[in-house]
Formats: sequence, structure tokens, C-alpha cells
Amino acid sequence: MKDCSVGTELPPLTIEATPTFVVSTALATRDFQDVHHDRDAAVQRGSKDIFLNILTDTGLVQRFVTDWAGPEAFVRSIKIRLGVPCYAYDTLTLTGRVTERDGDDVVVSVSGVDSLGEHVVGTVALKLGGE
Amino acid sequence: MSIQEAAERIAARGESAPRAARDAVNQAMVNNWVEAIGDRNPVYVDEEFATKSVHKGLVAPPAMVQVWTMGGLHWTRASDDPLGAMMEVLDEAGFTSVVATNSEQNYFRYLRHGERIEATAKLESVVGPKRTALGEGWFVTTKTTWYVGDEAVADMVFRVLKFRPPGAEPAKAAAPVLRPVISKDTEFFWAGLREGELRIQRWGETLRHPPGPMPPDGDFDAKPDYVVASGRGAVYSYVVHHHPKVPGKDLPFVVALVELEEGVRVMGELLDADPETVHIGLPVEAAFVKIDEELTLPAWRVAR
Repeated sequence: MKDCSVGTELPPLTIEATPTFVVSTALATRDFQDVHHDRDAAVQRGSKDIFLNILTDTGLVQRFVTDWAGPEAFVRSIKIRLGVPCYAYDTLTLTGRVTERDGDDVVVSVSGVDSLGEHVVGTVALKLGGE
Repeated sequence: MSIQEAAERIAARGESAPRAARDAVNQAMVNNWVEAIGDRNPVYVDEEFATKSVHKGLVAPPAMVQVWTMGGLHWTRASDDPLGAMMEVLDEAGFTSVVATNSEQNYFRYLRHGERIEATAKLESVVGPKRTALGEGWFVTTKTTWYVGDEAVADMVFRVLKFRPPGAEPAKAAAPVLRPVISKDTEFFWAGLREGELRIQRWGETLRHPPGPMPPDGDFDAKPDYVVASGRGAVYSYVVHHHPKVPGKDLPFVVALVELEEGVRVMGELLDADPETVHIGLPVEAAFVKIDEELTLPAWRVAR
């Protein structure tokens, strides 16, 4: 059984936010807002480049936690708040730690940082499965 | 009707009619999603593994719940969609840009292939106007619940910031502003602002701002010209003006003395800064506030 006690750090996850990543995740989440696939439109709207959409952040946070917790885990909730944008060509590093534990129920706090600062912060509640 | 009144009216309508996902939960969309996200959890793609797992069969990634009811490329919102209605109100008020800021999803169970979910949405709150790093805006919070038949399978509190991008401030032509005195010596500066240029007077090698009629070294034969500044600089000093009221201005506002990278200092309002976070050394760039055909004022916004 992996160590899931309060304070346990999750292995960090590094995401290269290439234009292909930004665009393919926007389309895979059915988010066709131009700022996620059209650089000219993004710049016109005051952004530096295309940037990750929030549905992708939810997906990345889930992947980060279930990569650690394993396929037998049940995710109960994902709560995220966005900070600075994650533009194309940036690198996003997710870190996290267990903040609550009650039997099989665990809460993990997650933070994703890019070159501009904290892009996403949040918590994931999950029920651990057997190993 | 004010933005608050419009929000109350939309919130009072309660939940929208259920809107069905275009497609039932299916492997093709799951495959696209897990490949793009990079999620290798086998319970989404490996039937044999999934059947032996605690899930007892293939399941959809819970974080995909919102994806199934996204509108698609050529979608128009339903007339009773509360977020769409609120976006229209804010668009009309000039808050034309939007970013998502919060998503809080609860999953009551995982979805399985073949299930076609429906979503209802209601407006929870509209808070503003707030000064943010992106510009002045309103936080709009909605709550979505997803159903399979009568069974709620997931819900989400979703918050967006609907904001006015810097530079898109409404021309306050109707509101009187304090107009500068424009002389023969300063006319080039004001003409530059109308063109979107920040022009700095030059006497030979020496830049000077504010511009004046006399050369720095007293040579009466010298004639000034100007350079166009890059517009980049840093806050050298600033004040936050709380009182009294100033024609054409919302209080409080920040007036910054900015040291340009060319070395001279220029005064102007810092348009999009939260007075709490302004500090000496804050990188800024020039902005141009068009008052009318004759007058454009110099201003600053936080550099990004």
C-alpha cells in the first residue's frame, strides 16, 4: 500500500504546453473559443499567445492525482482556481501533497506553476482503491 | 436596468431546461481526450483491465463530464441559458472579454459508455465591478447539474471573469475631463498621443519631459525635435487618489510617475492597477485614452 498519510508529497508532473498540446486539449474538451487555437485572435484580445483552457486544467489535475493514486481510485471532486495564464511554449509543473485522510478518503492539494507564477491551485478529493 | 438588476432577474428564472449532450458517452471522444491530456489510466481504455478493476467495466474520465455537454463549434446558447444571458448583459456594458477563473466539480459516480447526460444551469451570483489584473470586470458564478434520467451524476460551480480589456475603456466623451493647455512647444506631444505615439522632446543628445521652450544649455539657436519612446518603463513613484471626485474618473485611481527606459519620467493614470498591488518598480507600458477627436491622454497599464 502506498503511503497516503497527511503530508505525503506526490511525484511532480511536468507538462510542456506546446501549441499542439494547447490546441489538441482545447479540441478534445470541445472548447472552440478562439483564444485556445488562434494566436492572432488571442493577441487581439490582449493575450500573449494561445493558452490552456480550464477544462484541460481540470483534466490535468485529475491525471496528476490518479497517476499517483492508481486506476482503482474514485475521484469524488476536483476544485480548481486559475491564476496566471499558461501560454503556449510555457512549461507547467504540478506538485501536490495529501492534506486530509479519513480511512480511504483522501484530499490532495495541487498547485501548477509556470514561468509567470501560479497557474492553477486546487484540491482533489478521492477514495483510494486497493492495490 | 443596471447590471445588478439584470442579474437578479436572470437568477430569479432558476434552472434552465435540461440540455442534452450531443453524443452519448463514447470511446472515440474518451480516446481523443486521454491522448490530448496524456492520461494513461487503463480504466478508460483497456476493457479487460477495467472489467477486473473496482469499476467493473470501462468508465469515462470524471473530469470529462463538462465535455459531453459543451456546445461545439457552431453552437448558439439556448435562450434560457443563464450564463449566456448574463454574458449578453455584460457585453452590452462593454465587458467584452471572458476568462474562466474557478471550476468546482463533484462526481457522484463515473459515467459509462452509452449514457447520454443532460445539463441544467442556474445563475448563482454576479459580483462587481472589480479591478483585476486583466481590467475592470464582473465575476459571474453559475451552477450546473448533470443528470442521467432523474439521477444527478455530477455538478459544478463555475466562475468566469467578464472584463473590459485595457485600452477598450469607453470614450468618456460625455463626461467632462480636465483639458490640458496645449502650447506651440507641447503640440507635438499631444499630436503624438492622437497617433498612438509617446513623443519625448530631444535637444541634441538630451531628452526632456515635460517639453519646454528653452534648450538645456541655453543655446538660443538650438531647435528641438523628438523621439518616439518605446512606451516601456517602471513606476518611479505614485499616488492613489481617493478624494475629492475628479471629472471623468472613477475613484480610487492611481497616478504614476513612470521612468521610461529612455530615462525620462512621464506622469499618467495607471489604468488597470489594483491600488493594493501597485509598487515602485512595477513594469508598465504606455496606454492612450482617447477622450475625443482632439484629445488623447497619456496613461499606463501594467506590463504583461
